[in-house]
Order: sequence, then structure tokens, then C-alpha cells
Amino acid sequence: MSTKNSIGTVLTEGLWRSNPVLILLLGMCPTLGVTSSAINGIGMGLATTFVLIMSNLVVSAMRGIIPKKMRIPCFIVIIASFVTIVEMLTQAFTPALYKALGVFIPLIVVNCIVLGRSEAFAYKNSVFRSLLDGIGMGIGFTLALGIMGTIREILGNGSILGNPLFGEHFSPMLIMIMPPGAFLTLGYLLGLANYINRMRARKGA
Amino acid sequence: MTFGYMIMLAIYAMLINNVVLMQFLGICPFLGVSKKVGTAVGMGAAVIFVMTLANAITWLIYKLVLFPFKLEFLTTIAFILVIASLVQFVEIFMKKMMPPLYQSLGIYLPLITTNCAILGAAILAIQKDYTFFESIIYAVATSVGFVIAIVLFASLRERLEFARIPTIFQGAAISLITASILSMAFMGFAGLVKM
Repeated sequence: MSTKNSIGTVLTEGLWRSNPVLILLLGMCPTLGVTSSAINGIGMGLATTFVLIMSNLVVSAMRGIIPKKMRIPCFIVIIASFVTIVEMLTQAFTPALYKALGVFIPLIVVNCIVLGRSEAFAYKNSVFRSLLDGIGMGIGFTLALGIMGTIREILGNGSILGNPLFGEHFSPMLIMIMPPGAFLTLGYLLGLANYINRMRARKGA
Repeated sequence: MTFGYMIMLAIYAMLINNVVLMQFLGICPFLGVSKKVGTAVGMGAAVIFVMTLANAITWLIYKLVLFPFKLEFLTTIAFILVIASLVQFVEIFMKKMMPPLYQSLGIYLPLITTNCAILGAAILAIQKDYTFFESIIYAVATSVGFVIAIVLFASLRERLEFARIPTIFQGAAISLITASILSMAFMGFAGLVKM
């Protein structure tokens, strides 16, 4: 990513062109693991966004001090501190979400997106640009998780954000909120993303 | 702890609650290192080795240091640092003492630090309040479950190479749909053991 990119491009990069989940295929574990309902997916997305923004900020602010050879351990400590903060905040203010997300909150530490953005962007760019990059990538991630969660909730539970959609005669496809449904939904979403990208490339050509 | 309980715990962690297909931990290596059966076996062996060691050490650290001093909130930071340094240490140790093993596992070891299955299994063993011995059995069974899943998946993907797939589904999309079918098959194990 060159420094020539305008500020607007930095912000919108993560939304579609390098969407972390649909295009870069990073952070697949939470994408599959917590999206059994829309609210869980969005909650997880927001938690990751917070960690992403804060770690991007701190890494880029400290990029003059962190020695090159020691950078990965430094990144991990910074990220782990913010994950601990998120963990304590969700436990205190949204205990239901904390229970639903379970082990995936501490696992934000090993989410490839967060470490990947520190390494590929924040370590080389100014604080303000890293902030925008964190926001863009975070929103892109939240969006992908929200879409996954919504699709699975509609098909598997017949509801959207907990509100029933189809009345009582609808029998939901339970498989969609069980583990196989996660793989299936993401597989088809990736196919759709490929299709849209091909259509756009054809239009541009 | 009876022998029967040990077997039940092992079957539960290995098949019913399979780490990849049911809990979605370690998806990155599952998709990334499963193009050939050979590499999948190599990665699996490295995971068995590191996960067992990591679970033993993180259990000791939690029960002997973090818990007595009321530092439970540091669990995440402490565990990830322990796992990262453990992987480095294992790599140096193997390079010096067991060169042939290092030759075959070496390239997979650095990848394991960011494998969420390792950290996930360590945290889950603490959350479920396992004893030291149970924690070890859990780690071994979980990592064997990982090997079963990744080797099966790699064999399927080798077959997939020869299939004609619509262009938009090529690559990761068809792999995920395959994984979904594999996951459905593993759902058949539910009810084998009641935990």
C-alpha cells in the first residue's frame, strides 16, 4: 500500500476492495464461529473494530521506538492489552454478549486481521492514516460478520435481530445455525463476492 | 478419575466437539495448509506436539501463578506470550537436538503461534476447570481431532483438483462448501458420548 493513497481511499479500502473477510480471507475463525445470529456477529465485529483501531493507533504512535527485529512480540503485547480491556468491558456491560461470544473474545489476539494491519499498515504510516485504516477495516469486518449473521439468522431461526419474520407456520432450517451452516453460508458469500468482482471488472474493461 | 471417563473425554474432544469442524478454531491452517495430504500430516504433527506442551505449561502458570495472586485478568496476555515463546523455544531445541524432526516440522512451527486452536484449547481447559491430567488428555484428543479433520479435508481437496468447478466458486469458496459437508458428517458423532 503506497503512501500516495488519498485519505478517502484509506478509509474505504477495507469496505470492499480489501475487505478482510470476503477478499483477503483473514479472521475466518470468528467469522464462522460467532455468526449464529446477527447481533452476535455485529457485537464481535465491533469488539474487533475497537481492538483494531486502538492497536493501530498505538503501533503507529510507537513506530519510531519499536525496533524492527522485535516488532512482532511488541505488536502482540499491545494487541493483547486491548483485548483484555475489551474482555473486561463486555463482561461488565453486556454479559449476555460476553457469554454468547465465549472463547472468541480472548481469541481476538490471534485474529490475523489485527496483527496483519499493524504489520502492513500501522508500522509504516502516520497516526491519523492508521486511525482511518483501523476504522475502515473494522467496519468492513463488522459488515461481513453482520451479513453472515443476518443470513444465518433468517434461514436458521426465521428472525432478524430477534424479531420473528415469518409467523408461526415457518419451520426454520436448523442446519443453518449449526456449524455446517456457517461453512456453507461463507462459501456461497465468497462465491457471490467473486461474481460481483468479475462483473465489475468486465464493466470496467 | 476412571479409565472410562478418560476415554469419554477423549472421544468428546476428538470427534463430537471437533476443534475445527464444530468449534471453528484453527480455520487458517485448515484452509491454508490442506492442499496436499503430506503437508497436512506435517502440520498436524506439529500441532499435536505444541498443543500438548502448551496446555501443560499454561495450566501450571494459571494454577500456580495467576490464580493464587488474583491475576486472572492477565490470562490472555500471559498465555499468548507463553505460547509464542514456547514455539520459539521448541524450534531452537529441535534444531539442535533433533535435526530430522526439525527438517520435517520446522516450516510449520512459526505458523503455529497464530493458530487460534492452541490458545483456544489452553483457555477452554481453564474455563472448564479441568485438572492437570484432564487438561493434557483434552489437549492430545483435541489435536488428534485437528489432524483427523485436516487430513480428511486434504484428501478431499486433492480429489477436488480434478473436478470441474464453476469459475466463481473456485478456490476458497468450494473449499468452504466441502468443509460444510464434512462438518455435517461429523455431526453424526453427536450422542456417541454424553458429557
